[in-house]
Amino acid sequence: MKNRHKPKVAFFSFTCCEGCQLQVLSCEDELPDVLSLVDIVNFREAIDEKRDDYDIAFIEGSISRQHEINEIKKIREKAKVVVALGACSATGGLNCLKNRFPMEEVQRVVYGDKAKKYKHLDTIPARPIDAVIPVDYYIHGCPITKSEFLYVLKSLLLGKKPEIPNYPVCVDCKMEGNICVFEKGMTCVGPVTRAGCSAICVTYGCICWGCRGLIDNPNLEAHEETLKRYGLTTEGVLRSFDLYGGWRSR
Amino acid sequence: MKKDVKINIHHITRVEGHGNVVIDIKKGLIKELKLEIVESPRFFEAMLRGRKYDEAQHIMSRICGICAVSHTSASLKAIEDAMSIKISRQATLLRKLAFHGEMLQSHILHLYFLVLPDFFRVGSIVPLAETQPDAVRRGLRLKKLANEICYTIAGRHIHPIALFPGGIAYTPKESELRTLRKRLEDSFEDLEATLVLFKTFKTPEYSEKREYLSLKEGGEYAFYDGDMASSLRYSAKPKNYRKIIKESIVPHSTAKHTRTTPPSPLSKSGDKRGVYMVGALARICNNFNQLSRKAKKAAEELALTPLSCNPFMNNAAQLVESFHCTEDAIKLIDKLLSNGLKKEELTPPSPLFKKRGGGTGVGIVEAPRGILFHEYTINKDGIVTDANCIIPTAQNLKMIEEDLRGFVPTILNKSKDEIVRNIETLVRAYDPCISCSTHIMNVRFV
Ligand code: SF4
Ligand code: SF4
Ligand code: SF4
Repeated sequence: MKNRHKPKVAFFSFTCCEGCQLQVLSCEDELPDVLSLVDIVNFREAIDEKRDDYDIAFIEGSISRQHEINEIKKIREKAKVVVALGACSATGGLNCLKNRFPMEEVQRVVYGDKAKKYKHLDTIPARPIDAVIPVDYYIHGCPITKSEFLYVLKSLLLGKKPEIPNYPVCVDCKMEGNICVFEKGMTCVGPVTRAGCSAICVTYGCICWGCRGLIDNPNLEAHEETLKRYGLTTEGVLRSFDLYGGWRSR
Repeated sequence: MKKDVKINIHHITRVEGHGNVVIDIKKGLIKELKLEIVESPRFFEAMLRGRKYDEAQHIMSRICGICAVSHTSASLKAIEDAMSIKISRQATLLRKLAFHGEMLQSHILHLYFLVLPDFFRVGSIVPLAETQPDAVRRGLRLKKLANEICYTIAGRHIHPIALFPGGIAYTPKESELRTLRKRLEDSFEDLEATLVLFKTFKTPEYSEKREYLSLKEGGEYAFYDGDMASSLRYSAKPKNYRKIIKESIVPHSTAKHTRTTPPSPLSKSGDKRGVYMVGALARICNNFNQLSRKAKKAAEELALTPLSCNPFMNNAAQLVESFHCTEDAIKLIDKLLSNGLKKEELTPPSPLFKKRGGGTGVGIVEAPRGILFHEYTINKDGIVTDANCIIPTAQNLKMIEEDLRGFVPTILNKSKDEIVRNIETLVRAYDPCISCSTHIMNVRFV
C-alpha cells in the first residue's frame, strides 16, 4: 500500500495552540488528495505512526523551553526541507508577549512563589524557530490559511519555490472593497503587515492585528496611499505593531 | 492476576497536546500511576498583563485552536462583565450559533479522527480512507459543515474574528443563514448514519460513581449561559466559582490539578476528595431533560442515561450533543431570521467604557471538553491587570488518573499491547485537550 516514491511528510508541534495543525485537518475537501500524494509519517495529533524518516517537516509553535531546542535540532538534521507553520513558528507570534517580563516573574505570575521549586515549569523567552535552526520556507498567519498551506505543499511537491506575498495587507483590503478602519477612528497595522489573508479581519468587521508579520522592508514598502490619506508615518504604524512583533522588537 | 507490568506511554497520540502515562504495577497492585502533562506552559497571564481590554479575547483565543470560540466567548463575557457592557439580543444569538459550530466541529473531529480508528484497530484515519471510505467522507462532510457555521458568523473557526467586546463585529447575510439552515437539515442523515455506526461498537464495561460539574440554565441546555451546578446537587453563581474550585500544582504536570470543595459523599478517602468530571457526559447527566428531541432519541439508542458513570460513554455523549447542537442551531437561525437581521457593527466601546470605568468580571461557558472559567480585572484605563482561568482538561486530569486506577486492574489479564491500547482508549474518551490545560492562570498582577 505504501508507495515508495511518495514524499514523506511530518508535522511537529512546539509551544502553541496547535491551531495551525488543525487548519491542515480543516482542508476537508483536499485531505483525501493530499493523503494520496504524500505519506504522513508523523502527526501526533491525528495518527499513531511515528517515524523518523521524513523529507518535509512542517513545524508549528515557538521554542520556549531548553529541551525544545535539542528536539528541533534533531528534526532539522533529519528533514530535507523545514517549513515554519504559522506565526508562532515563523515570527514567534503571540508567545513573545511574555518576553516583556523577566522569566522568573512570568513563572511566578502563573504558578505562584513555589514555581521555582519545580523544574518542569522552566521556561526561556519564546522565539521563532529560525532563531534556533535554519528554515527553508515560511507559512505565515495566526492561524495559517488553508489555501497558503496547500499552495506551499503543492509547490514543494512539484519542486518549485513557493512565492509568499511581500506587499501590505492594505492591498488585499482594497481588493475586498473594505472601508478603511482609520475612517471609523480605529487603528490598524495593515499598512506594514504582510498580505496573503485577503484582509479577512477587516472584512469581518475588525482591524488587522499583524498576525502575518511585517513585510520584508516596512520602511520602503509600507502602504503609501493609506499612510498619506490618514496622515500616518511608517514609524507610527510600526509602534502600534506590538501584538505580533515581540521577537523582532526585543 | 498478580503480575508485574510497567507502562510508559510517551506522548499519547490522537489527543490534543503532549501527555504521557506512567504506570507501575507490582504483583497486580498499582505502585505508581500518573498522567504526566509535559506540554510547554505558555504563560498566558504574562501575555495578557498590561494589554488593552479589547485585545484580551484575541490573545486568549490562542490558548487553544480546537476550543477557540469557547475561549473567546468566556473571555468576552469576562470583559463585558467587568466593564458592565450589555450586548444586543441578536449578538447573543449569533454567538450561540458560532458556539454550536465549535461544539460540532470538536465532537466530530474527536469521534471520526481520534476515536473511530480505535474501533477499527488501526492507528489513524488514514488507512480508513481506503477501508471505510463512506465513513471517512461522512466525517469530513460533517466537520466541514461545522466549520462553515463558524466561518459564516465569525469569519474563521480557529481564532474567530467577529466575536468582539460589545457584541459582534459582523452581520451574516440572510441568504448565508438560509443556506446554512438547509445544510444543517440535510446533515441529520449523516448524523443518523454516524449513530448507526457508533451503536455497533462495544463500550468497555467500567462504571464508577463520580461528581459531574457543568453549567445549568433555566431556559435551555446550557453552553453559553448559566450557573455552576454539580450532580451532587449544589450550585453557585459564576462570581463565586473560586469558592467551589481549588487549584494546586503537582510535580508531574505543567497543568494544575483542581478539586471541588463542598463536602462530597463520594470522597471519603483523602486522595479522592473533590475529584470531578467535566465535559459532554457531565453536561448530559446534569441537564438531560433539556436535550433536543432528536438528541434524546439518540441517547436512548446509545443507552446513555443521566445516571451513567462510565467515562467511555463520553464518546456517546458527544454524539448525542451533536444532534442537539444541530437542532438548536436550526432553531437559532429561525429566530434570527424571524426577528429580521439588523446590522451589527463594531462601535469602539471606549466612550461607553469611559463612563463606567473598570472592574472585575467572570465569564463561564461550556467548552466542548467542559466548563471553562475566565476572570479578569480591568483598570480604569482599560488595561487588564489581573486574570484567572481554569481549563476543562485540567479539571479532568485527576479524574482520568482515578479512572485509570479503577480500570487498569480489571484488564491485567490482557497482553501488554492490549493494556496499553485500552489505557489510551480511556484517556482518549475524555478527549483531553492538553495544550489548553497548561495555560491555567491564577494570578494577581502587581
Ligand atoms: S500561529 Fe496562532 S493558530 Fe497557529 S499555532 Fe500559533 S497560536 Fe495557534
Ligand atoms: S489600514 Fe487596515 S483597514 Fe485600512 S486599508 Fe489598510 S488593512 Fe485595510
Ligand atoms: S488581517 Fe491582519 S491580523 Fe487578520 S489574518 Fe490578515 S494579517 Fe492576520
